[in-house]
Amino acid sequence: MFNHLLSLLIWLPVIGAIPVLLAGSARPNLARWLSLLVAVLTFVVSLFLLVQYDPAGNAMQLVESHLWIASWGVHYGLAVDGISVALIVMTTFVGILVIVGAWEVIQDKPHQYMAAMLMLEGLLIGVFCATDALLFYALFEAILIPMFILIGIWGGPRRVYATLKFFIYTFFGSVFMLIALLYLYQKAHTFDLATLAALPLTFREQAWIFFAFLIAFAIKVPMVPVHTWLPDAHVEAPTGGSVVLAAVMLKVGTYGMLRFILPIVPDAGAHFAWIIIVLSLVAVVYIGYVALVQEDMKKLVAYSSVAHMGFVTLGIFIAFALVREQGNTDMALVGMQGAMIQMISHGFVSGAMFTCIGVMYDRLHTRAIKDYGGVINVMPWFGFFYVLFAMANCGLPGTSGFVGEFMVILASFSANPWIALFAAFTLIIGAGYTLWLVKRVLWGEITNPHVAEMEEISGRETFVLASFAAAVLALGIWPQPLVHLMDGSVAQLVQQLAIHKI
Amino acid sequence: MQLSTSILLTIALAPLVGCLLAGFFARFIGRAGSHSVTILGLLVSCALSFYVLYQLTLGGAAEYNQNLYTWFQIGPFNASVGFMVDRLTAMMLVVVSFVSLLVHVYTIGYMRDDPGYTRFFSYISLFTFSMFMLVMSNNFMQLFFGWEAVGLVSYLLIGFWYKRPTAIFANLKAFLVNRVGDFGFLLGIAAVLYFLGTLDYATAFNAAPGLVGKTLQITAHTQWDAATVICICLFVGAMGKSAQVPLHVWLPDSMEGPTPISALIHAATMVTAGIFMVARMSPLFELSSTALSFVLVMGATTALFTGLIGIVQNDIKRVIAYSTLSQLGYMTVALGVSMYSGAVFHLMTHAFFKALLFLGAGSVIIAMHHEQDMRYMGGLRKYMPITWITMWIGSLALVAIPFTSGFYSKDAIIEAVGESHRWGAHYAYFCVMAGALVTGLYTFRQMYLTFHGKERFTVADHHGHGHDGHDDHGHHEPGVLAHAPKESPWVVTLPLVLLAIPSLLVGFFTVGPMLFGNWFGNAIHVEEANDVLAELGHEFHGATAMALHGFTQLPFLLVVIAFVTCTYIYLFNPALAGRIKSALKPLWTVLDRKYWVDNVYFALFARGGVMLGRVFWKAGETTVIDGAMVNGSVGLVHRIAATTRRLQSGYLYHYAFAMILGLILLLGGYWFIGSVPVGQ
Repeated sequence: MFNHLLSLLIWLPVIGAIPVLLAGSARPNLARWLSLLVAVLTFVVSLFLLVQYDPAGNAMQLVESHLWIASWGVHYGLAVDGISVALIVMTTFVGILVIVGAWEVIQDKPHQYMAAMLMLEGLLIGVFCATDALLFYALFEAILIPMFILIGIWGGPRRVYATLKFFIYTFFGSVFMLIALLYLYQKAHTFDLATLAALPLTFREQAWIFFAFLIAFAIKVPMVPVHTWLPDAHVEAPTGGSVVLAAVMLKVGTYGMLRFILPIVPDAGAHFAWIIIVLSLVAVVYIGYVALVQEDMKKLVAYSSVAHMGFVTLGIFIAFALVREQGNTDMALVGMQGAMIQMISHGFVSGAMFTCIGVMYDRLHTRAIKDYGGVINVMPWFGFFYVLFAMANCGLPGTSGFVGEFMVILASFSANPWIALFAAFTLIIGAGYTLWLVKRVLWGEITNPHVAEMEEISGRETFVLASFAAAVLALGIWPQPLVHLMDGSVAQLVQQLAIHKI
Repeated sequence: MQLSTSILLTIALAPLVGCLLAGFFARFIGRAGSHSVTILGLLVSCALSFYVLYQLTLGGAAEYNQNLYTWFQIGPFNASVGFMVDRLTAMMLVVVSFVSLLVHVYTIGYMRDDPGYTRFFSYISLFTFSMFMLVMSNNFMQLFFGWEAVGLVSYLLIGFWYKRPTAIFANLKAFLVNRVGDFGFLLGIAAVLYFLGTLDYATAFNAAPGLVGKTLQITAHTQWDAATVICICLFVGAMGKSAQVPLHVWLPDSMEGPTPISALIHAATMVTAGIFMVARMSPLFELSSTALSFVLVMGATTALFTGLIGIVQNDIKRVIAYSTLSQLGYMTVALGVSMYSGAVFHLMTHAFFKALLFLGAGSVIIAMHHEQDMRYMGGLRKYMPITWITMWIGSLALVAIPFTSGFYSKDAIIEAVGESHRWGAHYAYFCVMAGALVTGLYTFRQMYLTFHGKERFTVADHHGHGHDGHDDHGHHEPGVLAHAPKESPWVVTLPLVLLAIPSLLVGFFTVGPMLFGNWFGNAIHVEEANDVLAELGHEFHGATAMALHGFTQLPFLLVVIAFVTCTYIYLFNPALAGRIKSALKPLWTVLDRKYWVDNVYFALFARGGVMLGRVFWKAGETTVIDGAMVNGSVGLVHRIAATTRRLQSGYLYHYAFAMILGLILLLGGYWFIGSVPVGQ
């Protein structure tokens, strides 16, 4: 059996970016087709991953491990569980769609844009399968670079402010993580995550490490109150950058929580779970209201991302509360699964929402809600997709947006009905800001004459939107295959929650 | 004998296939193709629904309850998509598919000139599919799926004419108000899973008796009864969907949608989903008399107070909309006194006569070239006799004239409330009784204003004006028609006739088994102590006797009073209406302003929400987080940098001075340390 599948997945897009880059600005079409080829190949390889991964088998599969930095015992260690597989396949799927989405839109240095996208994709895949803390850290930091370039070169007018804010914000958090990792290293003399998970730590140590990790990952998610880089970054980012940022990069934060906080500092995690739960509820309610009054479409969807990611963090940490306080492992599974599904679903829904905004922006070159109105009159097919994704964004059953939120709310109720009450508020406020946006953008008479000149979506755009739609609907109508894929891994995570390390 | 899965699947999926074909392939199959496929789909569903009903009643088929596929399985928790088909479901299937089929046919005539013709057919078929999934569900997850899906289609259809500002305001409002209900509903489902450990109906209902004595910790010192919490939460969902006070505000505005969907969705089927749901959950509701009292009071309030608003409306559709609210209140009252089968029975009869009234109103609207204001109608009976007669049949059923279907269902509810000893039953009895008078007043007023008396419109005699359609809606002068009104085409009148028949007859034939004959079997569960129908059953001696008895009762007297009053005012003394209005000006204003509920909600929730959002955004995001924390720390770094930068001024003498200073400090330090005996 070929056992370098994961390496292939990481390096295929990263190395594939080189010929794309070499194609140069003189041959933009070559660069486009090459990058599409690489993205499709990566997606196909990731499908092999789906086949090779055995949901019933051991937690970490397709293990690769090579000594990397011998003097520190750092390994180039890769492996996946069901959650990683799901995230990787989502990443490669979105990877194709951002390449196709940018096809004619990016006219300025398309080869560099495409290459940056491919590198970003490879690095993200790497983050999702690293089993060595230092390798994870290196990749975690490295993804900032292509994103920095994407926003900095192809971004909007305030891109310098946005990139700096984005870079420094996330970099600031990572420093704390590095310190925590160094501390762990001097205790365990390894960066291997499995070994770190078994390392006994006093509560005092755990608490310090917990907050160090929390700062790093909370910024990435992002959680209230360290979320303000996200709206700015989204507003300035090109469409593809926004899509990858919302769909995949945010998941790195919650994925990090799963891989670091849960196994390494479970007691501190349980002790401080209430903080995360409260912040998640604040994200749902408070951010919901903030989203309501945004005048920029991208900002609105960016805020709605923060609110939806609140369900991921809520689901993960409600599982802590359920396991530790009630011993209710079964319901904890529901909460944890809900969080995982919400990660995947949000990838598709937010990616699709940003694509829709990009489609309109390409035509009207404004993101201000007030400039639109009556778009449905000239773009009925676009309207169909937009309403579908808006409904997914407000968690309508039958779309993927419902599944995760439903599970998390069910689990929250068992932990504490008040938590469920605040979480379920998303039903109202989520529908409020999303459908009000739809009302102002899509419905009504055309008031702006430029709207009347907007053209219906092209075949290329239809392909992108239809692909997102297929994913959103498939997950919403039949989530069981995804649940099954992640079931064993989620059960393993929940077992870890119960382990006392002190 | 077992019902076959493939038949049930066909019932559900046939409209979906029609929806997809009409929605995505309209360009290839055309307008006629679109209405043909959707009608064909509905025809199949309707025929099979009748077959299923036949099998369950006379064919001796057992109840069907099976899962189709697993939606998720996490640990011991399972959510599936599956069907539960018993007589309650079968009755709903028949009602939904029958009314939906007729509405499909009717739409051919009503939407003839609309550019969104195929889209409309796609939507109403999607609605029918969603409604089937809702009533056929065998678990709470799928119930919620259907519940929200019908809400989505309702949203799309209210805003069908998406250029109208009022329509897109109304659909947003409808969706959001429904979401408030769904919020409670979802918490109810979560509570069911928490206490009963399952989302499956049958398992949950079997485990329901175990709820007794269980409580939910609300605060450190407060415990609430588990069954009460579950039932009130679920009922909040029903209040949204079935438009009960205080979540009723969306239904009158939903009249912005085309009339066929007002008949199908906002009268006959979707709005009764809440009633159906509570009847389905009867094993749970029976455990909490507190919750049932809550249901009773809410229903009674809705029945009377929304009906009153109907009296002052001038828009023909809005009168019927308020009437629907009021009738939904009657059904809810029936639920509140544990008379679930009575509620469902009224649901069925109401579906027929209310769909008839709406479609009749639609027929009038076509004839009036999309004028809906009754002040510009009058005397239409001679132009459109079929519409006139069928609407009278519907109206008689609505006001519950003995022998009509509406009589059997409504009179039974009033009687049952009188028998009930539940807390709130006295108030409810007053409301439903007074409601009978109110129903008569708004119904007869509407019929007279529309069909009788003098014509209050004129026909412009210029020609070549173009055909009637939606294009000229709102452009013409009120009360001036381009052509004389005429009877609608057969695709419109045929559904009216086909609905008039059950409006008259279905009650007579079904009242015995449905109300007093335990026809629903295990589908509905009533505790013996609560069984008001059993009490009434002792006095029931057949449908004829019941109707004859009805002539001697107070409700009939009230209807006669209403009839006489309206006849006098609107046929013989039209000026009187205006004088009454000015004499009762304050009361009229209260009703005309709809008790100011809309204004309060809009100010409080819509404006208030946006205001709160602004405060959060400006104060929280911009000032505190970004201003003080993020850019504040950046500013701090700047200031520190700016201060330290001064040290590196670039002037040689500064550096020389610093060097000398450093040397002095260094030497001085050595001298100081050296003078202290370290480690000696």
